[in-house]
Amino acid sequence: MKHLLSTKDLGSQQAVSLLDTALEFAEVAARSVPKLPTLRGVTMVNLFMEDSTRTRLSFEAAAKRLSADVMTFQATGSSVSKGESLHDTAQTVEAMGADIIVVRHSAVGAAEELAHSGAVATPIINAGDGTNEHPTQALLDAATLRSVFWEEPRGRDLAGLKVLVVGDIAHSRVARSNAVLLTALGAEVTVAGPEEFLPEDVSSWPVASTTDFDAAIHAEPDAVMMLRVQHERRTAGDQVSLDEYVNDFCLTEERANRLPADTIVMHPGPMNRGVEIASAVADSDRSVVLEQVRNGVSVRMAVLFEVWGDRS
Amino acid sequence: MSVRPVFSAADIERTLRRMGHEIVESIPDPSTLVLMGIPTRGAVLSQRLALILEDIAGHPVAQGSLDITMYRDDLAGAGHRSPAPTTVPDRGIDGAAVVLVDDVLFSGRTVRSALDALTALGRPQAVRLAVLVDRGHRELPIRADFVGKNLPSALGERVSVKLEEIDGLDEVVLEI
Repeated sequence: MKHLLSTKDLGSQQAVSLLDTALEFAEVAARSVPKLPTLRGVTMVNLFMEDSTRTRLSFEAAAKRLSADVMTFQATGSSVSKGESLHDTAQTVEAMGADIIVVRHSAVGAAEELAHSGAVATPIINAGDGTNEHPTQALLDAATLRSVFWEEPRGRDLAGLKVLVVGDIAHSRVARSNAVLLTALGAEVTVAGPEEFLPEDVSSWPVASTTDFDAAIHAEPDAVMMLRVQHERRTAGDQVSLDEYVNDFCLTEERANRLPADTIVMHPGPMNRGVEIASAVADSDRSVVLEQVRNGVSVRMAVLFEVWGDRS
Repeated sequence: MSVRPVFSAADIERTLRRMGHEIVESIPDPSTLVLMGIPTRGAVLSQRLALILEDIAGHPVAQGSLDITMYRDDLAGAGHRSPAPTTVPDRGIDGAAVVLVDDVLFSGRTVRSALDALTALGRPQAVRLAVLVDRGHRELPIRADFVGKNLPSALGERVSVKLEEIDGLDEVVLEI
């Protein structure tokens, strides 16, 4: 794996192997000295052209646990023009000694374009490109599903699991990446949201779609993944009524009670409590939100390890 | 390529038993003994040695496996490597007499990695090394304490250890 740009580049076998590696890294976290010398002398640069807290911190934690050095460049989307300036910034950090570049950008395809532009020779990891993809989030969600549902997750995919993804699907890179990866791993994925939140091309996605959350709950999913309403990606004419949204799509206690007892609730964060998820549900035993965060670090360790091993 | 047999299944069994006796003789308090096998084949040999030691010493011997993938010094550009599980016996390795077990001792770099990996797990009282075959060509100042067979070999040759649990048969051959 030279770069990690899209979940489409990951076959089922490669994804399972990455998740197996992540399992070994997860065990390191439990040690008294949770650190490995694997990437000693390697510099990872976070190139974040769009706001992020948890993904940036998670990559930083992953790199540091592998003894890599970390440099961070953070600019808000508005202060940096697209295209050329991303190339310039990437070339600059490469000249400063970057060995792996983690890119987040508001433009669709930014990481892919940078990787194939020839501007830099450094391995590129996509940490979110606009509404397109967020591959490490999908990997950490797959890791969480595996470890919750399989007693011995090593070597296994997600065949037999039903996952319901609810929210602003059209604007969600998390939904897009998960639809591809979880399906490739054998899970059955359904996306749910109001008409305006479903992507126009949803029929070409490898998933089922519905505008009826309650019917989707009745279908007894194994996991319900709640997504944030992305106000910042919506235009003025494009907003849905918040009251209506909460009424139809908030995972309330009442809705959660209608789920099978062992159904888990996931959320990539940050959560808008009271909008897409009720506080009581977010803090309930069903919630695996913090488990997702923990898996995020070990999955990103596995990705860093993998791209470094394949560096030419 | 021609193949020269080194060990038959019976040779492997006899050799491990002899090594077991040497280990018991050199480590006076077997209750402090912890075997740590290096995956893949070292881990299997360690499990076998543990059974032999139990037979000799009359009580169970702590045994685990130690993956060294993350401690290698040649990871950059080395391509895909899958780490194997590390398992530590319940007693831990603090104060223990740890015997590292591997199938072939060659450059010594695996053992160096293993020593690093051990320090992340605890502080043994002593660390020893047991190998089924020592084929020479060391690149580091490392030697084994318990050796099944010293096998002089040329650099281009390959020592192939096959074990029932993984390969379906027990044998050691030299591929020339």
